[in-house]
Amino acid sequence: MRFSQTLESAYASKADLVLAALLAVAGIALIWLNQADGSHFTGGLLIAFAVFVTAYRINRRLAVIAVPYLWLLVFFLVPFIIVVKISLSDPAIAIPPYTPTLELSEGWTGLKSFFGDLDFENFEFLASDPLYYTAYLSSAKIAIISTAITLLVAFPIAYGMAKASEEWRPTLMMLVILPFWTSFLIRVYAWMGILGREGFLNSFLLWLGIIDDPLTMLNTNFAVYVGIVYTYLPFMILPIYATLEKLDVSLLEAAEDLGCTRTQGFWLVTLPLSMPGIIAGCFLVFIPVLGEFVIPSLLGGSDTLMIGKILYEEFFSNRDWPVASAVAVILLLILVVPIVLFQRNQQKQAEADQ
Amino acid sequence: MAELSKTPVVFAPWNDPNEKPLIQFKNVTKRFGDFTAIDNLTLDIYAKEFFALLGPSGCGKTTLMRMLAGFEMPSEGQILLGGQDIVKVPPNKRPVNMMFQSYALFPHLSVFDNIAFGLRRSDMPKDQIKDRVAEMLRLTRLEKFAKRKPHQISGGQRQRVALARSLAKAPKLLLLDEPLGALDKKLRNDTQFELMDIQEKTGTTFVIVTHDQEEAMTVASRIAVMDNGKLIQVDTPSGIYEEPNSVYVADFIGDVNIIEGNAKVVDGGIEIHYAEGAAPIHAKTDKHITDGQRVSYAIRPEKIAVTSEPMADRANHAHGTILDIGYLGHLSSYFVTLGNGQKVEASMTNSRRLSRRDFTWEDNVWLSWTDTAGVVLTE
Ligand SMILES: Nc1ncnc2c1ncn2[C@@H]1O[C@H](COP(=O)(O)OP(=O)(O)OP(=O)(O)O)[C@@H](O)[C@H]1O
Ligand SMILES: [Mg+2]
Repeated sequence: MRFSQTLESAYASKADLVLAALLAVAGIALIWLNQADGSHFTGGLLIAFAVFVTAYRINRRLAVIAVPYLWLLVFFLVPFIIVVKISLSDPAIAIPPYTPTLELSEGWTGLKSFFGDLDFENFEFLASDPLYYTAYLSSAKIAIISTAITLLVAFPIAYGMAKASEEWRPTLMMLVILPFWTSFLIRVYAWMGILGREGFLNSFLLWLGIIDDPLTMLNTNFAVYVGIVYTYLPFMILPIYATLEKLDVSLLEAAEDLGCTRTQGFWLVTLPLSMPGIIAGCFLVFIPVLGEFVIPSLLGGSDTLMIGKILYEEFFSNRDWPVASAVAVILLLILVVPIVLFQRNQQKQAEADQ
Repeated sequence: MAELSKTPVVFAPWNDPNEKPLIQFKNVTKRFGDFTAIDNLTLDIYAKEFFALLGPSGCGKTTLMRMLAGFEMPSEGQILLGGQDIVKVPPNKRPVNMMFQSYALFPHLSVFDNIAFGLRRSDMPKDQIKDRVAEMLRLTRLEKFAKRKPHQISGGQRQRVALARSLAKAPKLLLLDEPLGALDKKLRNDTQFELMDIQEKTGTTFVIVTHDQEEAMTVASRIAVMDNGKLIQVDTPSGIYEEPNSVYVADFIGDVNIIEGNAKVVDGGIEIHYAEGAAPIHAKTDKHITDGQRVSYAIRPEKIAVTSEPMADRANHAHGTILDIGYLGHLSSYFVTLGNGQKVEASMTNSRRLSRRDFTWEDNVWLSWTDTAGVVLTE
């Protein structure tokens, strides 16, 4: 309410519409002149703000509802459309390195030739080269396996946290979140130090006498799994912990009272009731891991095939933006399914909580 | 508050020295940290009893139940079930089912599956489970809601699901923690009679917690009045009502006038002098009272007659003015101030229609009661 009241008083007079008009003009001018880097973006923001101010004047409720949509439009849909457009273009030795680019100065014919030059060549190329779909499949495999391992590791931790006494819980929670306070890259590099041939783990195992020769762990899929599970563990622990912590202990007592052993109680009550947390955690791990790039490129070997790595190589090594964009578009389409499922899970849980 | 129990009058195993109690609490103490929730409690409950626990909030009723169900271990003392020490027996191995005060329904299961939950853990065949659940649904009038989840039904319906779930396994001992609190009066009465019916048919022993005295009076074979983790009195409903052993119990159950005074032993009873210049109260008691002892005299409103002339056949009379009248339908309560300032509540059944009622505010009336109408209390 506070927010809308402030806005209300600020734009109580006609000044708001004048301001909106000024903003819009400034935005359009910025885009038109295209003088500096990011002027498109700034101009877009100004126009969006002008639209919002006007809309707020016309219909407050609608304007407030429109904010998240506007956000999606500016930061998601527009970039996505740009990527789709690039994926339909051809590579070129130019800046930017693709063709065609939209030349508004040539008017209608320019627009026509622009759309005429777009085609699905890149997608056809992706379908014809087995490298890409094996990379997608291998990414999916790595994502599924590492999600499963993360779940197996995270559940007991979350369970232990939920069972811990009330005074300990904040501390445990802190410990889970603590790694986020250091740079992700540094943590992955640390794993290189641990898993390398002369790394801590090998020296430790040699010292224990369990192995005679150092193991090759770094630059294998094993290292990738270790890295992923380690990095994404908190994303799994936290939602599971949240559901377990909410779990009413009297439900377990009731189950026991009705003849369950503790183990049966776990399978019949605890597990089903923590399902929303498990599902949320799995999606939170699976979705980013599918497109993961840093971990496989730092810890993985040459045979670690992940679509994120391919994407990177297409963009920066081959400078083939159109193919890279096509890879990204397909990745997004693949992810839409789990994201939609995830949203539905969240919604269902929210309804059940009421 | 009539005792409507259908159990035959002769059912009084607690008076039979040969009868073995089903449940025995032997000097049970339960502490939470340094807080004593149950304080050196000894209690026998007999098979087929309908045992009601009554007491103010926080007095330890739920704790007592939880120890019977196996969720809490006594800090000291023994709990025997059928002569066996059950302190170490886990809840799932006890022939005991509990209806939780918070219901504890499984939110992910339908009403049907909630009720079937315990049966599925037993070795009952599938089709019998279906029949049994259907029976329970009928009993609690939940047939229409079998497929719903707990969050899709009303509070009273949830309470009935919890009741049905605990009844389903027909346990030897059923613990009901405020089973009927959320039901409307009619449904509550019906369910009370259902419970008594079930109890009669199955021979299940019931231990029930309630805040509703009338309910305790209606269903219970015996009532235990608790306070601060201790049993104050354990007796039949009429015993508790007519012969409370302390001011606490008299005050806790039903309406009562408590008059404090000094006793004087006279021929055939005692006199209680409670106010300067007021006629003493004549009372009979079995208790040993000495001259000058401070006693409390407890008398229920319905034992006092309100008339325009003193009733000659009664031992006690007092003159006063009507301060207030509470009309309750079947009876009227008269709040009368005596000449000496003492306030007394008396009630009369409204056997006549309102238009012909005798007294109104500010009327001068006589209160009369017999020498056995009240109880002399020393605690
Ligand atoms: N787990 C526990 N830890 C600490 N104190 C507890 C615990 N359980 C109960 N108590 C305390 O023991 C006392 C008795 O609790 P109990 O639940 O038996 O009360 P009750 O008679 O059932 O009350 P109500 O009528 O409100 O349900 C209360 O003072 C309560 O605060
Ligand atoms: Mg309680």
